[in-house]
Amino acid sequence: MNDNSQLKSVLEKGDFAVTAECGPPKGADPGVVLKKAEILKGKVDALNVTDNQTAIVRMSSLAACSLLKTAGLDPVLQMVVRDRNRIALQSDILGASALGIRNVLCLSGDHQIFGNQPQALGVFDLDSIQFVQAVKAMRDEGVILGGETLTSPPNLFIGAAANPFADPLEFRVVRLAKKIEAGAGFIQTQCIYNLDRFETWLNMAVDKGLTEKTFILGGVTPLKSPGMAKYMKNRVSGMDIPDDIIKRMEGVPKDKQREEGIRICVETILRLKEMPGVKGVHIMAIEWEDAVGEIVEKAGLLPRPVFS
Amino acid sequence: MITAEQKPIDEIREMIAPYKKILALGCGSCVAECASGGEKETGMLASALRMAAKMNGEDVRISEMTIDRQCVNEFVIQLDDVIDQYDAILSLGCGAGVQAVADMFPEVPVIPALNTEFMGETKGQGLWVESCLGCGDCMLYDFAGVCPLARCSKHLLNGPCGGSVDGKCEVNPEVPCAWQLIIDRLSKFGALDRLEKIYPPKDWSKKQGAGPRKIVREDQQR
Ligand code: SF4
Ligand code: SF4
Repeated sequence: MNDNSQLKSVLEKGDFAVTAECGPPKGADPGVVLKKAEILKGKVDALNVTDNQTAIVRMSSLAACSLLKTAGLDPVLQMVVRDRNRIALQSDILGASALGIRNVLCLSGDHQIFGNQPQALGVFDLDSIQFVQAVKAMRDEGVILGGETLTSPPNLFIGAAANPFADPLEFRVVRLAKKIEAGAGFIQTQCIYNLDRFETWLNMAVDKGLTEKTFILGGVTPLKSPGMAKYMKNRVSGMDIPDDIIKRMEGVPKDKQREEGIRICVETILRLKEMPGVKGVHIMAIEWEDAVGEIVEKAGLLPRPVFS
Repeated sequence: MITAEQKPIDEIREMIAPYKKILALGCGSCVAECASGGEKETGMLASALRMAAKMNGEDVRISEMTIDRQCVNEFVIQLDDVIDQYDAILSLGCGAGVQAVADMFPEVPVIPALNTEFMGETKGQGLWVESCLGCGDCMLYDFAGVCPLARCSKHLLNGPCGGSVDGKCEVNPEVPCAWQLIIDRLSKFGALDRLEKIYPPKDWSKKQGAGPRKIVREDQQR
């Protein structure tokens, strides 16, 4: 594998990119990460590693990314600003680059109250946009916050998240513009089930010329059951699941529900592929990595490009 | 104002257990406004403690007194005449009040009866909300009079986060999303463009740069 971001190479070449998600274990066993790597190798261009997602303590994203890297995958290091101040964040950025990690996704993070450490102090020293800007300055100008020079800059493809389904809609595009201005080279969106709302948001972004300035990857999550859909709709804020999707899941027998979830997911990807301005897809199959290969195959996205 | 709530009575009883002559000391300022440590609440707490002591056959004397401001030395000095009669003070002041009393009378234990909460506003009968963190560099102009530090659960200066839905905060659907308020207010003033530029990282040295902060005003020191 070369020393560049595989994800960046695919996007720049103009291929429709595919990324997936890898949640690190609630334990210290590297085997769990390597097993996920094995399942997903060759199916995706890059693999996001979540950073203590929903504020639940897990193996560090940096360590899991490093394991993926040695297994020959292109990891995307997710970093949230919830747990680390600007000193720790910048330090981890340097460490990540030194370990050969070439992608970073800068996020605010779920609030600590949602996880298994609700008594923790939420740091939020920088916000996600300021963090993107800081990483860009480190990479492009070789300086840290405050202006001091680095002996050598990190080499990272910088990404951020966008939620087209949160409110207020008009301001969602302003925020996207700010993330791009800050330095986000790619954007991964919240899970898309409401394609109409997504298109409204996307068209606003296209009108502002934003889709020319960054690579937008649409987020998708295959549903396992109508229960999961309802849970996400009601309990995860900023998640928009239209009733007809839930009805569709309810309309099939229990043993066919996973299949239906995968079908919906594939249909969504095919629609996304047709939308100008969408440059790839990010598949978040939570603890269901096996589904990714099937989805990618059914969406006609195999084989993945290889660069020498 | 500084808001506070009374600690559970059992916790207070445990803290005062070693003492026989206790002065319950109220404060007539912020904690009176938020109905946790004014004259009335001090009287009620003192009676409750006396009652509990009596029921348990404990031999303690609990008196009460309220001064206008526990956090200002000029008022705390009033205790000079009475302090010798007590072996502990149970302060119903905020954290600053407790410490001001303790500072002036280093030989007397001063026990906090309140949990000090936040700087906030009285919104209505029995309702107080947090509105300022005392960051030392007020940004309310930029954010149309809505503090993103005190009122956004993630302290975002470039919000709103992806969890803002229907004007509510993802952390607590009872709480308005501060960023929705900021956007609504700025758009009323036709100043939404203020949010288009990236707001730089906060300078926290103004809040906690070199330990406890101090204001020195020479013009006030005569
Ligand atoms: S910006 Fe600072 S000083 Fe102003 S209200 Fe917020 S915390 Fe208080
Ligand atoms: S929902 Fe609004 S108030 Fe709550 S954390 Fe997000 S931006 Fe802040």
